[in-house]
Amino acid sequence: MLEVKDLHVTIEDKAILKGLDLTVNAGEVHAIMGPNGAGKSTLSAVIAGKDGYEVTQGTILFEGQDVLEMEIEERARAGLLLGFQYPIEIPGVKNIYLLKAALNAQRAARGEGEIPAPEFMKLVREKSAEMKMDPSFLQRAVNEGFSGGEKKRNEILQMLVLQPKLAMLDEIDSGLDIDAMKVVADGVNSLRSADRAILMVTHYQRLLNHIVPDRVHVLVDGRIVKSGDKDLALELEARGYEWVLEESVA
Amino acid sequence: MASEEMEQLVRREYKQGFVTDIESDTVPPGLDESTIAFISQKKGEPEWMLEWRLEAYYQWLKMTTPSWAHLEYPPIDYQAISYFSAPKKPEDRPQSLDEVDPKLLETYEKLGIPLHERAALAGVAVDAVFDSVSVTTTFKEKLHEAGVIFCSISEAIREYPELVRQYLGTVVPQADNYFAALNSAVFTDGSFVYVPEGVKCPMELSTYFRINAANTGQFERTLIVCDKRAQVSYLEGCTAPQRDENQLHAAVVELVALEDAYIKYSTVQNWYPGDENGKGGIYNFVTKRGDCRGDRSRISWTQVETGSAITWKYPSCMLRGKESVGEFYSVAVTNGRQQADTGTKMIHIGENTRSTIVAKGIAAGRSDQAYRGLVKIGPRAKGARNYTQCDSLLIGDQCGAHTFPYQEIGNSTATVEHEATTSKIADDQLFYCRARGIDEEDAVSMIVNGFCKDVFQELPMEFAVEAEALLNVTLEGSVG
Ligand SMILES: Nc1ncnc2c1ncn2[C@@H]1O[C@H](COP(=O)(O)OP(=O)(O)O)[C@@H](O)[C@H]1O
Ligand SMILES: [Mg+2]
Repeated sequence: MLEVKDLHVTIEDKAILKGLDLTVNAGEVHAIMGPNGAGKSTLSAVIAGKDGYEVTQGTILFEGQDVLEMEIEERARAGLLLGFQYPIEIPGVKNIYLLKAALNAQRAARGEGEIPAPEFMKLVREKSAEMKMDPSFLQRAVNEGFSGGEKKRNEILQMLVLQPKLAMLDEIDSGLDIDAMKVVADGVNSLRSADRAILMVTHYQRLLNHIVPDRVHVLVDGRIVKSGDKDLALELEARGYEWVLEESVA
Repeated sequence: MASEEMEQLVRREYKQGFVTDIESDTVPPGLDESTIAFISQKKGEPEWMLEWRLEAYYQWLKMTTPSWAHLEYPPIDYQAISYFSAPKKPEDRPQSLDEVDPKLLETYEKLGIPLHERAALAGVAVDAVFDSVSVTTTFKEKLHEAGVIFCSISEAIREYPELVRQYLGTVVPQADNYFAALNSAVFTDGSFVYVPEGVKCPMELSTYFRINAANTGQFERTLIVCDKRAQVSYLEGCTAPQRDENQLHAAVVELVALEDAYIKYSTVQNWYPGDENGKGGIYNFVTKRGDCRGDRSRISWTQVETGSAITWKYPSCMLRGKESVGEFYSVAVTNGRQQADTGTKMIHIGENTRSTIVAKGIAAGRSDQAYRGLVKIGPRAKGARNYTQCDSLLIGDQCGAHTFPYQEIGNSTATVEHEATTSKIADDQLFYCRARGIDEEDAVSMIVNGFCKDVFQELPMEFAVEAEALLNVTLEGSVG
């Protein structure tokens, strides 16, 4: 589904990703772990198309399409969706309005008409209940005055409504207390299916107790230096990142 | 000038007007006493009205155009303007929608204007373009029952001369400013509203429904009077882009609110802004002022300004009555090469008067806009309060927004608060929306509409929906 090959990315001439390879197949859940500043957020932002990054080498293919040739919105409509580490506030724009515009944009790209209002309301109510969000959140401005945990739940709510093929979640667990973590994890788990993939960026193992990954990758200094199954995460938790680096250099 | 002299002059000019031009529908370009006499005669006005016009004209001759506004435009040749023309005859108007500029029609469609109304807006000469007769009749009956007077200013001068004479020019005096003086001398169109004591006008009044309103005049004069405890909501303008061969528009709007009266005046203005270089666009120089004459009266201005090549406009409130309230909610959008210099004046005269100003400016393309606000607290305005919030949003980096807040505070018990922000449309906000699949243009309009929400929610419901659509059309092509 997603194939990243030899990806080199610079920000203002500073090399951040230095030859990164990653393959994610449908039905899989991948976790990218690594120390702060390793380039994890950069990877997901580049895949989503954020400005300010220069891809100097390498390719990103999504279902065979060259992602780097696509506009930001085209990527999203193709089913590539990024859940933000720091969701931004948009004053005056109702949450429900953004959701509806996004869903209709995706439907239009698939050649479907706009979703009928009652059907949309039913869908959104159902999904917000799953995320244990009071329906009043839908009427508030996007992320405005939301607590950290509420913002994260809102990101997952969008995923549940938009049903992406590949969901990328950047530090979706940061700032969550244990109850909120459970809700978010349940939400993510409900996305799991044979035709969908999930790419999680995190530097804590604890999230992976709730969302058990098929593959774990260690990203250090712009490269994936080690990959393994869920047990790798536990090992990282116990031993830190140093040994991986030493092993990879050796 | 002695009144005798004046009278003589009036008579002489009257005569000239009579002989030469009475059969004609237009006067040749140029402005002098005879032009004014001609207009007054054509409108069947009483003599005091002509005198009033002439007084204004003589004052105007002594005045010069304001030059302090943050605007640039070539000098206007006032002798090249034709000051009176009868409405176009049916045979001179487009005969069907096929003859109308397709671009204009496209815009109507985007604005969601119903098909049957598009023809009327485009000036198509069809007798019953839409079923206006029945709409207008029920409308008139309802107002009549309530005792509300709503008619053209010319009709009012003929039918209700005492009312007009009592209030005309009492808020915006003839010589208030250059454009107001010109308007006072030559105005030919506009509305008159009178809501009697204790009456809440049973419906929103819209120029759209006023008979004969199809041709918007170049020099409109509007006078709205709300008697004690009366209320009215008045809608001016139209979201459809309006073209006009007349480049200069200088309207005057006067509002009078007596004790406990409430006037809500909403404007959506979308004059033709000109081509990409601003050529052919309308110059819109308007004087709008409300007088909170009675205690606890309230006047509220809400405006959405998107059109014109040049806009120069400061709806103001004179807060005379004790505890009277003035409000100004404004969204100004400029794109292309438009220039706008807008703002408001809140003049606190009475005790415990309050005013609120919320001004949102959005500049895109190579446009330039300025907000100019004056809050003046007079010596007797004990306990007066003002709250001002000015926010500017820039789209792209070739446009400009400037804020000039002026405060004159003559009473130490007054409270004046001012907040101002300027932000570029945040890349992060755009990215967030686009990363959800929303295309860039829709994302911009979504963010901009959100930015304007505080003002839009002051608009009457239907107008708010139109205003949003209008904003989107105005900002089309402003990114990417
Ligand atoms: N906008 C930016 N300008 C300059 N450097 C940046 C910018 N964004 C990220 N970086 C740098 O890129 C590196 C990788 O950052 P990031 O991808 O956020 O790491 P991670 O998510 O793994 O913590 C860090 O050294 C960070 O300082
Ligand atoms: Mg990060």
